[in-house]
Parts: sequence; C-alpha cells; structure tokens
Amino acid sequence: MIRLRGITRSFGANRVLAGVDLDVGRGESVVVIGGSGSGKSVLVKCILGLVRPDAGSVLIDGAELRDRHARDAFLARAGVLFQGGALFDSLPVWQNVAFRFLRGPRALPRAQARALAVERLARVGLAADVADRLPAELSGGMQKRVGLARAIAADPEMIFFDEPTTGLDPIMSGVINTLIRSIQREIGATAITITHDMTSVRAIADRVAMLHDGVIRWTGTVAEMDATSDPYVAQFIRGAAEGPIRALR
Amino acid sequence: MNAAAPLATLGRATLAMLGAVGRFTIWLGQVLSHVLRPPFYAREFRNALMQIGYLSLPVVGLTALFTGGALALQIYAGSSRFDAQFAVPQIVAIGVVRELGPVMVGLMIAARVTSSIAAEIATMRVTEQIDALVTLSTHPLKYLAAPRVLAGVVVVPLLVAVGDILGILGGWLVAVTRLDFATHEYLQNTVDFLDATDITSSLVKGAAFGLIATATGCYAGMNAGRGAIGVGRATKSSVVMAAVMVLAANLLLTEMFFSR
Ligand SMILES: Nc1ncnc2c1ncn2[C@@H]1O[C@H](COP(=O)(O)OP(=O)(O)O)[C@@H](O)[C@H]1O
Ligand SMILES: [Mg+2]
Repeated sequence: MIRLRGITRSFGANRVLAGVDLDVGRGESVVVIGGSGSGKSVLVKCILGLVRPDAGSVLIDGAELRDRHARDAFLARAGVLFQGGALFDSLPVWQNVAFRFLRGPRALPRAQARALAVERLARVGLAADVADRLPAELSGGMQKRVGLARAIAADPEMIFFDEPTTGLDPIMSGVINTLIRSIQREIGATAITITHDMTSVRAIADRVAMLHDGVIRWTGTVAEMDATSDPYVAQFIRGAAEGPIRALR
Repeated sequence: MNAAAPLATLGRATLAMLGAVGRFTIWLGQVLSHVLRPPFYAREFRNALMQIGYLSLPVVGLTALFTGGALALQIYAGSSRFDAQFAVPQIVAIGVVRELGPVMVGLMIAARVTSSIAAEIATMRVTEQIDALVTLSTHPLKYLAAPRVLAGVVVVPLLVAVGDILGILGGWLVAVTRLDFATHEYLQNTVDFLDATDITSSLVKGAAFGLIATATGCYAGMNAGRGAIGVGRATKSSVVMAAVMVLAANLLLTEMFFSR
C-alpha cells in the first residue's frame, strides 16, 4: 500500500505540489487526472524517489522511502512507464525490455531473456521483428508500447504509468487499457496511472484522483465522478473551456 | 559600492570554485567505490574499452607521428646553433615520452572521448533514461560512470605507449629522410638514453589523464541541465574542464617525477 502525506515540491518560485495526500490500497488501481502542467509527472517522480519532495513523506507498506534499503526493495517490485518512454537508445528494443534480466541479481541466459522480451512485446501488440530494432527507428506510439513492455517485464507488484495511451490510436489505446487492467487483476498489482484520456479512466480506474493547484482536490470512484457536482472535475470530464480551471496556463 | 566589494566578489568566486571541486571529488569517490563493489557490468566495460581505446588509435597515432616529426626539425634547427645536432634523438625521445606523448594523448582524449561521454550521458539525463535506470534497480554511477572511468584508467596508458612509439617514429622518419641521420644510430641513441622513470612517468600520466577525461565527461553529463541547451553546455564545459585538468595534472606529475 502506498501512502502519501503532505508532499510539497517547488521549482524555484513555481510551487508545483502544495501538500499532496493520497492513499492507494494494495491491488487498487488509482488514476490521477489533472491539467497538463499540474504536476502529475512530478508527483509520480516523488513517489519513486526521482524527485526529492521539499517536505512530506512517502510510505510504501509502512516503510519510509527515504530509507535506502526500503527504496531499493520498492524499486525491485515496481514497474514504471515514463511519459516520454525513456528507452535506452543505445540498446535494441529487446534489451530494453529484458533490461532487468540481462544483468544484476535476476540475470538470465541471453536467449531466455530475449524470448521473454519477445513475449512481453507481443502482449503490447508488437511483432517479434521489432525486437532487434533500435528505439530511434520506431514511431512514437511504438516506443510507448516498448516502454510499457519494459515496465511489465518483471511482473511488478506496483505499476506507475505516466500517460500510457497518449499518442496511440484508439484501437491501440483500447489494447493498452485492457492490458493494464488485466495485469492489475492477474497479479493483483497496485497501479497508479496518469492520464488525460477519459476512456482510459473508465477502463482502468477503481478510483480517480484529481490533482489541481498542487493538491488532490477530489477523489472518488468512476460512478461518483460522473455524478459529482465538483465544478473542476465536471469541467475536466466534459472537456469544457468554460469553468473554474483556466485554459491559459 | 564600497571598497570591499571586489574582495567579496573574489571571495564568493573562490568559495564557489572550492564547492565545485569538493562536489566533484565526493562524486569521484562514489564512482571509484562502485568500481570496486560488485556487480560488475562487463559488457559496458568492453564497450567503453572499444570506444575510448581502439577507436582513438587513429587520431592518437597521427597526432603523435606529426608532432614527433615537427619536434625533430625544431630541435635540429635549435641545436645546430650550438653544434649539438647529435643530441636530436635523445631530446626527441625525452620530449615525446616525458611530455608531448602523454599531453597530446590526454588532450586528444579530452576532445574525442570526454565530449562524447558528456553528450551521451547528458542526453540520457534530459530524456529521463537515467531516471529509468534507477527504476530498473540499476545504479547510474555503477552502470554508466564506473565502466567508463575504469576503461579510461586502463586503456589510456596503452594509448600513451602507442603515442610515444609513434612520436619517436615520427622524429626518426624526419631525421633519416631530411636530416642525414643513420637509422640504426638514431634508434640506438633513443633506446640507450631513455630510462625506466621516463617510461613509468609516461604511463602514470596516461592513467591520470584517462581518469580525468572520463570522469569529467560522466560528471558533466550526469549533472546536465534541461533540454538541448543542457546537453550543449555539459559537453562544452566538460571538454574545457578536462583539458585544463589534464594540463594541471601534467605539471603536478612532472614535478613529482622529475624535480629534485
Ligand atoms: N526538473 C524540473 N525543473 C523545473 N521545473 C520543473 C521540473 N520538472 C517539472 N517542472 C515544472 O513542474 C510543473 C509540472 O510539471 P509536470 O509534472 O511534468 O506536469 P504534468 O502534470 O503535465 O505531468 C511544470 O510547470 C514544469 O515546468
Ligand atoms: Mg506529465
């Protein structure tokens, strides 16, 4: 279980997170929505320890993430998809996907690691011939899916997906939504997904949390989201230009 | 503006520089500790050896050859004023092995290797590949910096050895074709004159320059700012820093080995 308490973070004068509290239960799928630039990616990076919060605490199963051993143990069980893919451009696709299995404590024989990579690529809808290409030779949507395959390669217990369907066509978005849901169900993974895509929200969320002005302004189930009178959430799901959220930011 | 303002500025600059040196030193200590602790990334190490060593051979060889040749001409021209032309092989040998070989190789490595390491790692930084490494339970210093720094320390002395040999060869080529030296006599004089300290100092300098060139490249890349501008700045500053540090370290090592 992931518990955030009072996370704040500023970049210079830009106060991005102003005290975020959020609980994500074991096996729960929480989707974080919010306008672009509202700090969703920064929030995920704070959870992962990639950005150090100015204040507040991140507790994973009760352990403070500031502790190095707790963090190493956490990352060993986590799978992360970055918003920009963040593929290693010097390595072919399959070595990106099988990264954890090519070195370190979980190293497998190369042929076996490759077979595993090809299987994971198939799960995100990529054919085996992609395996030997370099990331730079792929389209943006394909890179995103390779990133996804890498994130799920080691059957993580906690998954963090930053805009998994942005840049994909509707069919591929559907495939990815189903995939996220099935991974999350099959292995009972805890999932935090960031998205703008309301179809994704409906497909994968147990609970929705809206980040606005540096705090979690609203949280509830999809049904509650559809029924809410909160003007911010309502504006966001309708995609309206008029409302309390400024279009200029 | 008061009278102490320039002093305050100077003080601030000094403190900032000491701070930077301190941060770099602490960082280097961490990298070296990763070199010693497992796991050891053999594939990355082999790649680094290839990039830093093998692929630098042409540029190192050519620079050494040309410089050795030019040195022989200069020394001949200078020493003939004292009727001391016979000393050309000895002075070329000393000049190349003690100073020019290591320094030329050090500067060439700063230009070729430091810049490419800095640009590569800085690009990884700005495209979040370094963050991705961390989330894949891989320490960036261990995976990116340690193999490159170790490869630099191991392989640059070998490049220096090649540079020394080709530098002497360049001097010899010019001496026998343009200055009427006899092949055998020239090489015999060279070999007789050089002693073990000359060669040791050359190789030690190579190892030090290899450390400097790779470490500054990794450091600048890891600490790059955001965007393409960040990559550009990291690359430029790493090359400048490496070149200056190579020359300063050279003076220090020459002092250590040869001053009495
Ligand atoms: N490393 C950084 N340095 C400075 N500002 C940053 C940094 N990372 C993010 N920001 C700023 O934080 C804000 C939120 O960014 P981000 O979390 O990426 O937004 P989003 O909700 O679209 O994912 C933006 O204004 C961005 O400019
Ligand atoms: Mg984002």
